[in-house]
Amino acid sequence: MYESMLSFPGSLFSELDRLQRDFDDLFGLSGQPASIRSAMPGSFPAINVGHTPISVEVYAFAPGIDASKVDVTLDHGVLVIAGERKAPEVDDKSSTYRSERAFGSFRRAVSLPDDIDPARVYATYRDGVLRVSIARRESAQPQRISVQ
Amino acid sequence: MNELQTQAQRQPASTDDTRALLPRVDVLEDDTGLTLLADLPGVPRDKLELKVEGDTLQIEGEIAPQTPEGLEPVYAELRLPRYRRRFTLSRELDAAHIDAKLADGVLTLRIPKHADAQPRRIAVQVH
Repeated sequence: MYESMLSFPGSLFSELDRLQRDFDDLFGLSGQPASIRSAMPGSFPAINVGHTPISVEVYAFAPGIDASKVDVTLDHGVLVIAGERKAPEVDDKSSTYRSERAFGSFRRAVSLPDDIDPARVYATYRDGVLRVSIARRESAQPQRISVQ
Repeated sequence: MNELQTQAQRQPASTDDTRALLPRVDVLEDDTGLTLLADLPGVPRDKLELKVEGDTLQIEGEIAPQTPEGLEPVYAELRLPRYRRRFTLSRELDAAHIDAKLADGVLTLRIPKHADAQPRRIAVQVH
């Protein structure tokens, strides 16, 4: 089931198209307008977004942060996740071979669909993943219409 | 038919062929050993597998689902459900005494050096 959280549906052609777009974006070749809120790949934390009929789910893969100090705000349909990941203290007697992990302050924004209910949002942090669940309005949920 | 079966048996039982994300790591060394820190967000303790085979250390972790019923992905930066990375250990490291800790998606491994590989202070005799 988590496959659906992590993989993207679509045909081979749409994958190739996406790859092409990524290259174009990377080299600044793209004449097509990109989303004004699209981010560079490799940003911290990585974000996945999914929809269910009753909610919008945002997953931020942010290991090793103090969840109580993360700011999650929702304003005019834009969800902002901001915080700081403190670098561990390294004593001067040890030498570093690799330093690939990201530290420092981070801020990422996700624009949400129009049908969300900003009053019903909850966030949890587990195993280094911050999950923000935003309910969708009743009116946006699929309804069965009876035929007269 | 028999041939097919033997071929299938020869396939390693592990999931080494599946694609996986490369977790980001920091590696530090001090006098008594190495410390490896790996970012594995989404991996709970029971889905983490650490293996030492010969001189190779393998870290593998599966991202556990936190997904509600009927979730449809609309945007994904993390596109694979597992992490995997291998390291070669050198001889002075004591692979039998690796200490592992996983908290908030960060794995901390402490790999000690054999006692005889730790640096000793050699006193200089003054005549």
